[in-house]
Amino acid sequence: MEDALQLIISKYNYWIYITLMMIGLWGVIAKNNLVKKIVGMSIFQTAIILFFVSMGMKKGATIPILLHGHAAHSSPHAAEYINPLPHVLMLTAIVVAVSTLGVALALAVKVYRRYGTLEEDEILEQIRKS
Amino acid sequence: MKLLGLAIVAVTGAFLIWATGEFPDWGDPHSPASLHVSPRYIEKTLEETSVPNAVTSVLADYRGYDTMFETTVIFAAGVSCFILLRLFGKEEPDTVHYRHLLTGLTIRVRRKREGLEQLGEFERMDSVWTPHDLILRTLSRFLIPFIQLFALYVIAHGHHSPGGGFQGGVILGASLILMAISQDMKSALDRLGERTLAMLSAIGVSVYAGTGALCLVLGSNFLDYAALAEIFRVDPVEARSLGIFLVEVGVGIAVMATMILIYHNLASQGRLDEGL
Amino acid sequence: MTEHLPALIVVVPLLTSFLIFALGWLKKDLCFPVGLFGLAVAASSCMGLLLRVMRWGPVTYKLGGWEAPWGIVYVVDTLNGMVLAAVAFSALIQWIWSGPSVKRHFQDRLGALYGLQMLFVTGLLGMTVTGDAFNLYVLLEIASITAYALIAMGPERASLSSLNYVFMGTLGACFYLLGVGYLYIMTGTLNMADLARLITGLHGSRAIQVAFIITMVGLWLKMAFFPLHGWLPNAYTHAPYPISGLIAPLMTKVMVYVMIRIDLNVFGPVYSFEKMGLEKAVMWLAVLAVIMGSIMALAQKDLKRMLTYVILIEVGYMVGGFWLGNKSGMTGALLHLLNDVFMTLCAFLAVGNLLYRLPGCSFPELKGAFSKMPFTMGALVATALSIVGVPPTCGFFSKWYLLLGALEAEHYGFLAALIFSSLVGVVLFFRVFEWAFFSTQEHEEGEHHLSHTFQEAPVQMVVPVLLVAGGLVVLGVFSGEIVSGIVEPVIPLTFS
Repeated sequence: MEDALQLIISKYNYWIYITLMMIGLWGVIAKNNLVKKIVGMSIFQTAIILFFVSMGMKKGATIPILLHGHAAHSSPHAAEYINPLPHVLMLTAIVVAVSTLGVALALAVKVYRRYGTLEEDEILEQIRKS
Repeated sequence: MKLLGLAIVAVTGAFLIWATGEFPDWGDPHSPASLHVSPRYIEKTLEETSVPNAVTSVLADYRGYDTMFETTVIFAAGVSCFILLRLFGKEEPDTVHYRHLLTGLTIRVRRKREGLEQLGEFERMDSVWTPHDLILRTLSRFLIPFIQLFALYVIAHGHHSPGGGFQGGVILGASLILMAISQDMKSALDRLGERTLAMLSAIGVSVYAGTGALCLVLGSNFLDYAALAEIFRVDPVEARSLGIFLVEVGVGIAVMATMILIYHNLASQGRLDEGL
Repeated sequence: MTEHLPALIVVVPLLTSFLIFALGWLKKDLCFPVGLFGLAVAASSCMGLLLRVMRWGPVTYKLGGWEAPWGIVYVVDTLNGMVLAAVAFSALIQWIWSGPSVKRHFQDRLGALYGLQMLFVTGLLGMTVTGDAFNLYVLLEIASITAYALIAMGPERASLSSLNYVFMGTLGACFYLLGVGYLYIMTGTLNMADLARLITGLHGSRAIQVAFIITMVGLWLKMAFFPLHGWLPNAYTHAPYPISGLIAPLMTKVMVYVMIRIDLNVFGPVYSFEKMGLEKAVMWLAVLAVIMGSIMALAQKDLKRMLTYVILIEVGYMVGGFWLGNKSGMTGALLHLLNDVFMTLCAFLAVGNLLYRLPGCSFPELKGAFSKMPFTMGALVATALSIVGVPPTCGFFSKWYLLLGALEAEHYGFLAALIFSSLVGVVLFFRVFEWAFFSTQEHEEGEHHLSHTFQEAPVQMVVPVLLVAGGLVVLGVFSGEIVSGIVEPVIPLTFS
């Protein structure tokens, strides 16, 4: 029992983000409306970003901007500052997610212009008829 | 389909969670990620790049190559929205609406009469006319300059506080999008036209790639800012800091222009006349 | 300057794409020549780099001046070099070929289109040459986002097909990113060589196993490996024909290269083949890919759509050949990578020529093509011979190695699939040529308004196609040298 509790306390952040990812994945696979699929894709990407950021955490450390000037100590110790690398990687991933979202929305506008609806089954119906 | 989706999602989720049993605990200062590569970034950033913000120095110097392509991604998204949605050529509708300024009455004429607008009492309304709210318009006019000032601050202070090119560029873009929302897209397009925005986004990314190419021409590897020490007449560490600032400016310009372009194309569905 | 070749390969097309986009607003006529210059520089740099690596061994390049694993490094060995040269030359030939068709259909957004095309090529080149796992993700997204936009430029169903591609492609890239994340949590580094070193000590770890599977699934989504191939037929069929000539030969093959690179140089052949024990499952999926692809191709009545199913078959060959786990199979897979780029290029450029003159390329519309467009159809015949595997075209040699590999590994399922798909290939192309060869009287009388445009495509479109068709034979003749000089140094010594 205590082991299980210990496991949950030390790993629950990963589990929450994986659950979020799966919610997003379900949205992409199972939903019918194109915009809902886009939202699901966005949730999936955001959950991965959160997953990465949570990796960089260190207990008792502060943000990775070194104290300098009159507040500076001697040389900085890595244990005092959280890991900057996942944050850097996720800046890139956020930009990529926004770009994909922009292109997906532009495509949804184009689909709407052509078919007049955003429900995938109605669109497939129209395609089958023509 | 929904049942199949649920099954796939459950299996994938369980699979991923099964692997987390071996992950380091949350916040563990002795995890491999905290011990292997990143300590050097934190410990050496001041002495190698003279930038206290470790995230900025990693973003723009140690892994600056990734950031260049990140800027290219946002540029590609802006170009994609343009190429997919843009409809050139204005279509003149059959009936045109005019609003009488004094009384607020709307009249509809079958064909456009030139003289009505020149009378000074009538204003042409587009088919997707939105009402102008006095409070919103005035408030935005006050806020926008301060927002832009803050954005420039965020770009310039990326070295010493959270910030940098992307963040400042988005805020700058947001200020003009606020103008497009609160007033109308035409006045925002008067300030920064579509062609200027397209050129700015290309110029912004080219500044980044050009800085790297400049380092190449000066003899070092691509994006090795220490080579700029000759041009700026400073020591290599200061040159790195200046190089980082230069690319952040490029990124800020590119992101601003692209954000505004994406908004214009998406909100007006390519016609660039009036949006939300 | 020659020590900066690895950087030039990516930087010159990148800068060229920005210039082209700006020129699209200022002076449209300069877009094509500027792009041609950029691609010519890239292609010659790639060729120079390949020759250099063949002679003097792998080349490393530190970007930003920082050494690995703190900075991003480029590592070029003969595998890289071969794929780089193939991508660059394929893109160059397609660029030259696309002049008349782009001018006809996309005159109003020429700068943006050419800019996106150049960015796509930059993304592919960067993906191939990098030695950093996260850098690969960023460049993968550049190539993907530009591909989504380019494919959606087609008529009618293109936007929906592209949107489905967006969903599946983004899922694939995100799975890859998740895999890299799991690896980073366990090892703390992103550089491929460093990851390889650290993974050797972590072979029993669950997280590494999951990372392996997730990364593979992500890559299979992007290379359209059965059963994750749903996006490809629609996306490539409805894309405009200049664009499918660019994307179809390159995108899936570069993803196969990424899979090979990650399995051999990040996880290592020992882990990928022995410890994981996935080969059986993957081989059966590959067999299914080949068989399903062949059957679906038989059911098609449109030439372009049929060729997209042929792409699925080729991906099945490459994945199956690689996962056979012996030297012949791997040689076949790598040689097929190179050959397939040019086979698919020739096929889609020839179809593009047909679509330039005809309203569509369903089989009945191809009547009389042999007499009216002899050069294009001749090139299509050469491609067909190569896809089926007739010597001296290159397709024969790579299929030969694959057959040898299947025999050595005693995987008779894959052997049967190879033979079955070759026979199906004969039937597929025989049908096409049968339609194209016979022109009936009624066609000539009833379609007068069509007959004066139904002639050979302009010279700018015919010469590149003929060049590639000749190249198929040249590649075949030089297969021996290619295998000994380029492919064999890459295969790990643990494979007999």
